[in-house]
Amino acid sequence: MGVKKRQKDLTTLDKLYLPEIFKGLALTFKSMFKPKVTMEYPEVKFEPPASYRGRPVLVQEENGVERCVACGLCSRVCPALAIEVRANETELEKERYPETFEINMIRCIFCGFCEEVCPEEAIVMSKDYELVFTNREDAVYGKDKLLVPVHKLKDRLEFLRNFK
Amino acid sequence: MPKITIDGKQFDFNHGQTIIETAKENGIEIPHFCWHPKLSISGNCRICLVEVEKMPKLVIACSTLAADGMVVNTQSDKTIAARNAVMEFILINHPLDCPICDEAGECKLQDYAFKHGTGESRFVEEKQHKDKRVELGPRIMFDAERCISCSRCIRFSDEIAGRNQLTFIRRGDRVTITTFPGEEFDNPYTMNTIDICPVGALTSKDFRFKSRVWEMSSTNSVCTGCARGCNTEIWVRDNKIQRLTPRINETVNGHWMCDDGRLNTFKHVNNEETRIDGPHIRVDGQLTKVTWNEAVKEAVKRLKSFNNTEIAFIGSAFATVEDNYAFQKFSKANFNATNLDFARHVVPGSGDDILICEDKTPNSLGAVLTGIQPVADGMNLAEIINGIKSKKIKALYIMEDDIAQLDSEYETLLAKLDLLIVHASNKNKTTTLADILLPVSTYAEKHGTIVNVDGMIQRMRPAVATEELERSLDQMPMSRWDKFGTKFDRWARGKKYDAKPSWKILGLLSQELPNKLKYKMAEDVFEDVSQHVKEFSGLDYDLIGEMGVKIKSDKITAKV
Ligand code: SF4
Ligand code: SF4
Ligand code: SF4
Ligand code: SF4
Ligand code: FES
Repeated sequence: MGVKKRQKDLTTLDKLYLPEIFKGLALTFKSMFKPKVTMEYPEVKFEPPASYRGRPVLVQEENGVERCVACGLCSRVCPALAIEVRANETELEKERYPETFEINMIRCIFCGFCEEVCPEEAIVMSKDYELVFTNREDAVYGKDKLLVPVHKLKDRLEFLRNFK
Repeated sequence: MPKITIDGKQFDFNHGQTIIETAKENGIEIPHFCWHPKLSISGNCRICLVEVEKMPKLVIACSTLAADGMVVNTQSDKTIAARNAVMEFILINHPLDCPICDEAGECKLQDYAFKHGTGESRFVEEKQHKDKRVELGPRIMFDAERCISCSRCIRFSDEIAGRNQLTFIRRGDRVTITTFPGEEFDNPYTMNTIDICPVGALTSKDFRFKSRVWEMSSTNSVCTGCARGCNTEIWVRDNKIQRLTPRINETVNGHWMCDDGRLNTFKHVNNEETRIDGPHIRVDGQLTKVTWNEAVKEAVKRLKSFNNTEIAFIGSAFATVEDNYAFQKFSKANFNATNLDFARHVVPGSGDDILICEDKTPNSLGAVLTGIQPVADGMNLAEIINGIKSKKIKALYIMEDDIAQLDSEYETLLAKLDLLIVHASNKNKTTTLADILLPVSTYAEKHGTIVNVDGMIQRMRPAVATEELERSLDQMPMSRWDKFGTKFDRWARGKKYDAKPSWKILGLLSQELPNKLKYKMAEDVFEDVSQHVKEFSGLDYDLIGEMGVKIKSDKITAKV
């Protein structure tokens, strides 16, 4: 096999590279006067839009009760097997509630399927992207970490009403 | 033979058969809610409507007799339109309860709504509301909103359980089910109505909300509650049994099982308080956990310190054919055992002519046939007890039975023994007296066979894993959780007990004795049984299969 011919031979000017270097410098120079888009995280935090898929959370009604009825559909649909639900009976009208509800944040891939399948609008994707843990056990979030008061999730619930 | 044409295919049928029966026999399913093969025909749900040529209107397939030359169409436009209409009608007042309903996943209404529904409701009015969480009886919870008034439960109680306890009251869309005044729905078979209810109107108080059906594995097994040996499925999640359901076997239990068997034959398997986890020996008066090796060496050493005639062996009708066979072989070959017997657990008057037997053990025939009886002039159970009193018997080897529980004076008697070796799965009166305690796998944790009151030999398989069992390697049924769980997942860490089947424990002991048992699997034991016990000759696990095989024996007394 012979040497492949280049698709396009460079001219002498191209070979100097100087024009390209000046083009690049011009861009850098221009950007110095444009508004900044980077943030100084963690001092400054990014506030995602309602469409953002942060960690899934459980909606907690004003009266402190979770919306979830422990139907297990999110657990069934989760492609990463991240959710474990254990149901039990409650005196409340909904009859059934999650005695334990655990999401393994190492397994979760933030696909939002759980939110989509939930018949009660009880699990939604939040704006929380700060997931830090130092061992596997801590990565399993129980009801204590998952329950979020409904007023903090207004954005997302509204987004779902409009686009789901 | 008369012929009928269903969906363009011709089939033979017997006079008296209905369209739905003929179709079913030939693999064509006609949807049905109220029809059940074991119950009388009530023809009230109308989902089985089919088109029959030369008939002016659609007819219900469940109550129309097949006739010679009849041409039935189960897929015509008219049939499908009628089916959709019936579905729509039934769904008018049916609540959207699937997320909280235990039936979801095994619900006829759900399946049919998917197959035959139009997917949209035209009903905009308020649904009819009725009572939820009504306690119909001690074991049954009723949700009136979900009921589709098929009357299966009413007919079951009347026709199968022989107790006419349920009835419809009110009319139209307010119709509901209730018990007769002053009565509870409490016959011994009530829980079968949970299985046959086509919706989630009748639920089990015991199983309520424990698990979604798709989250469990199910294993074919046999109930150990009495000598009937009803065929069952064991449903397991997290290595814990969640419920038992009957499995259809026409020669044993038909479609049914009793409530007692369903509820009271599996709780001990899950019971962390009472399960014996690992072998124990008595050190300074206290039962202390030791290794298998230590326990086996100690048991053999102490057994050897007695004259053979001072030792008695008690097998068990709760143990399998394999366990009992290995037990008698072990004791006869190594200790020349003659004092050999097992305890009967017969409760006179407790049986009925439906399923429940007076014999509360699942395998007494198996124990007899494998040779658990006194040899020559050896002692039987009563004589062994007397022998303990007169100090003729100094050592007792009990396999899987709570002998101390049998009689009030036995407890003090057993305490007088010089040596008591016990195989048991759970703590009981006998185990607290044991000098050496060897933990056995329960019926739900091992392979084996048992013989029922009519001589049906049936197979049991492990549904729950013990320390020596690994679901995937031992080909146990697996749920989705079991398949994909890792050791880092909490749901894959269900408790496993350190226990072994009795035949295996006896094998371990025999390694320290002149005559060794060389079994590796339960199947090896059964092969030995089939070669030495004439009633089982020619049989193997494959032949016994899922449905069991009837053996011939003059020892079958077949009294219910
Ligand atoms: S976002 Fe996706 S991966 Fe994460 S829990 Fe929900 S369904 Fe599972
Ligand atoms: S799908 Fe919704 S209601 Fe069902 S278990 Fe998940 S969060 Fe709860
Ligand atoms: S409770 Fe179930 S079985 Fe009984 S009539 Fe209603 S739907 Fe049928
Ligand atoms: S009749 Fe006997 S074998 Fe059948 S379910 Fe009841 S206890 Fe079990
Ligand atoms: S199955 Fe025929 S009317 Fe119900």
